[in-house]
Amino acid sequence: MTALRRPLLWALLPLLLLAGAAFAFLASDPLAPFAGSVPPVEELTVERTILDANGISVRVRAGGSEAMRIVQVQVDGAYWQFRQDPSGGLERMQAAWLHIPYPWVEGEAHHLAFVTNTGALFEHSIEVAVTTPAASGERVHLYAVIGLFVGVVPIALGMLFYPALRIGGAGAFDFALALTIGLLVFLLVDTLAEALELAGAAAEQFHGPALVWLPAGVTFVLLMAITRRRGAPLGGIALATSIAFGIGLHNLGEGLAIGAAFGTGAAALGSFLVIGFTLHNITEGIGIAAPMLRERPPLKLFLALIALAGLPAVIGIWIGSFAFSPHWAAIALGTAVGAILQVMVEVGAYLLRKSRAQGRSWASPATLAGTMVGMFVMYTTAVFVQV
Amino acid sequence: MGYTDGWWKGRVSRRLLLSGGAVLGGSQIARAVALAQPARSTMVAEPQSSHAKHDGMITPGSVDYPRNGFDPHDILTGWDPGKVSRLPDGRTLREFDIVAQDKEIEIAPGLMFPAWTYNGRVPGPTLRVTEGDLVRVRFQNFGSHPHSIHFHGIHSARMDGVPGAGNVRPGGEFVYEFEARPFGCHLYHCHSVPLKRHIHKGLYGAFIIDPDPARHPGEAAAASSRLLGSPENAKWQEFVLVMNAFDTNFDEENEVYAVNSIAHAYTKRPIVISRQRPVRVYLINVTEFDPINSLHLHANFFDYYDHGTTLSPTLRTVDTIMQCQGQRGILEFSFKDHEPGLYMFHAHQSEFAELGWMSMFELRA
Repeated sequence: MTALRRPLLWALLPLLLLAGAAFAFLASDPLAPFAGSVPPVEELTVERTILDANGISVRVRAGGSEAMRIVQVQVDGAYWQFRQDPSGGLERMQAAWLHIPYPWVEGEAHHLAFVTNTGALFEHSIEVAVTTPAASGERVHLYAVIGLFVGVVPIALGMLFYPALRIGGAGAFDFALALTIGLLVFLLVDTLAEALELAGAAAEQFHGPALVWLPAGVTFVLLMAITRRRGAPLGGIALATSIAFGIGLHNLGEGLAIGAAFGTGAAALGSFLVIGFTLHNITEGIGIAAPMLRERPPLKLFLALIALAGLPAVIGIWIGSFAFSPHWAAIALGTAVGAILQVMVEVGAYLLRKSRAQGRSWASPATLAGTMVGMFVMYTTAVFVQV
Repeated sequence: MGYTDGWWKGRVSRRLLLSGGAVLGGSQIARAVALAQPARSTMVAEPQSSHAKHDGMITPGSVDYPRNGFDPHDILTGWDPGKVSRLPDGRTLREFDIVAQDKEIEIAPGLMFPAWTYNGRVPGPTLRVTEGDLVRVRFQNFGSHPHSIHFHGIHSARMDGVPGAGNVRPGGEFVYEFEARPFGCHLYHCHSVPLKRHIHKGLYGAFIIDPDPARHPGEAAAASSRLLGSPENAKWQEFVLVMNAFDTNFDEENEVYAVNSIAHAYTKRPIVISRQRPVRVYLINVTEFDPINSLHLHANFFDYYDHGTTLSPTLRTVDTIMQCQGQRGILEFSFKDHEPGLYMFHAHQSEFAELGWMSMFELRA
């Protein structure tokens, strides 16, 4: 007990001094000469927009140097009645809903401006106004169908390459594993770019990039520690499961983006994209199956892996369309980045081990071709889902 | 997912949406999504009676007039004739005291503007004198920047209120003196540089010179009706409307438009007029950044006197008038045969109307 108490007591010292320093700084107010009549720095981020029969509702989050107050709202350059919930000033980081009974026009653009008491304007555009889907049973079902086409169907189809790759022998095995690495490289770059862009859309005080890098780092370390807790590197079914998990997190992020698109009026593009995603994600099925080519996994396992990798797309679409926030999405994608990195390391190590065991170099024509093909296929099929 | 870039921000152009729909218009999923949306998105609810006047297009809330130190309803008819005395030569001397001061004013509910003011109000006091009077204005600058008063009227170069002639440093003082002419609806404003900033920050006001009937024998009746204090003038309902605007974020574009500074002041509380007497409006445009402003009167037509410097209309039977920056004029109209009710008037630039320059007369029997 005393062994614990002493270090704790010592740890209190700097904390007490910190409190003292803060008090001294505030009491002496050395920044007073800078204050004057300079208006406070204000920031406002729009996190969510809902259009329905009652008009336009937006969730805004305040930022800046002190509490701010939204006093007027313009829609398309006209002052409009609005109700703020909760009402009053917005503390730093506080979010509130603004409900504006504005007769918006289906399929057209609308421009909002929020005027604060200091006269600052924060603008937000709704590029294509469509009714925001309410979370009805019908909606939930429809989104599930889309999610299945984006996540589950392509992975299942990809896994059907399993027999062909198995018959193909050692060359096919190396090729498939390398293809998986190529695929993962693409997903890593892509997910990271997406995550950072989302982080940029989040309120400034969230320190956007940290929302991506920290979850990525933590996820990578945790997954490495958990999967290698017995000391051995991953291979076979365990590796396939890890890949499925990483791809599942990626598909969660993909689902978020698609769901958000349905929520913000890009729904008409959805059908084109859904087929594109199906094509694009087939490679993911091959990737998951690749490490198991030397084993005889039961059918049940295949089904479980398909679910693990594919179903998060459904969940992502639900969340993305009904409760989207850029900062949560950035964290989710940051986590996916960490998981993808982990499986890349494991697949690479696995490929290295296998080739070393057989006395071959890892850099065979099959592995080089596989990596290239993996990236190339992902890139070219991505063209089909380019917005 | 890079291929979904920017979806959540709704950054999809309408053109893309349409072309995307055209490429795969027959997709089952697209149709299902479309069907799942309500057939119409516009609101079906009837406006409540409490905001039937504006149907939602309003600056909600109320402005604290006591804190501002002025009420736009008082400005309408608040004539400042000055301190009147008689000069040895028989002429009337009118003396005014005007100070410039920095003051934060509320121009729409909750929206504060760091204004520069004459006598703590925007627009400044409405000076009302008679043709031929000697006008003496003692101007003190309590503001943080040099200011002046430049009167629109006939006067000497020394009295022009521009840099080099009557430009007053902070803490300083200057006396402008001139004979009031020509009669008409004029204005005064600060002419220190930079011009745009000094004007749009609030340094302007109405300057009305009533005609002296004795000097216009042919049109004595018309002149008398314009002369404040005469029995003929008492038969009129007179208002001053200064069309102004405020650039609250200093991007050289106005965020708030109004007459007499407060957005929607005369929508929330209409200007009460009687059918019994004709109406005369002294209209002045001091809007910065936008080249012109306008006034459109609903359900009626008016005669217009450009600059107010004539006693017969320069334009007859119009319902919309436009003025460039600094232009002004007099409107005369009657609601004698109209049924009582609310009659709108506003800028016919819908943009200005929707940003606050929207007003109403409440006609009573």
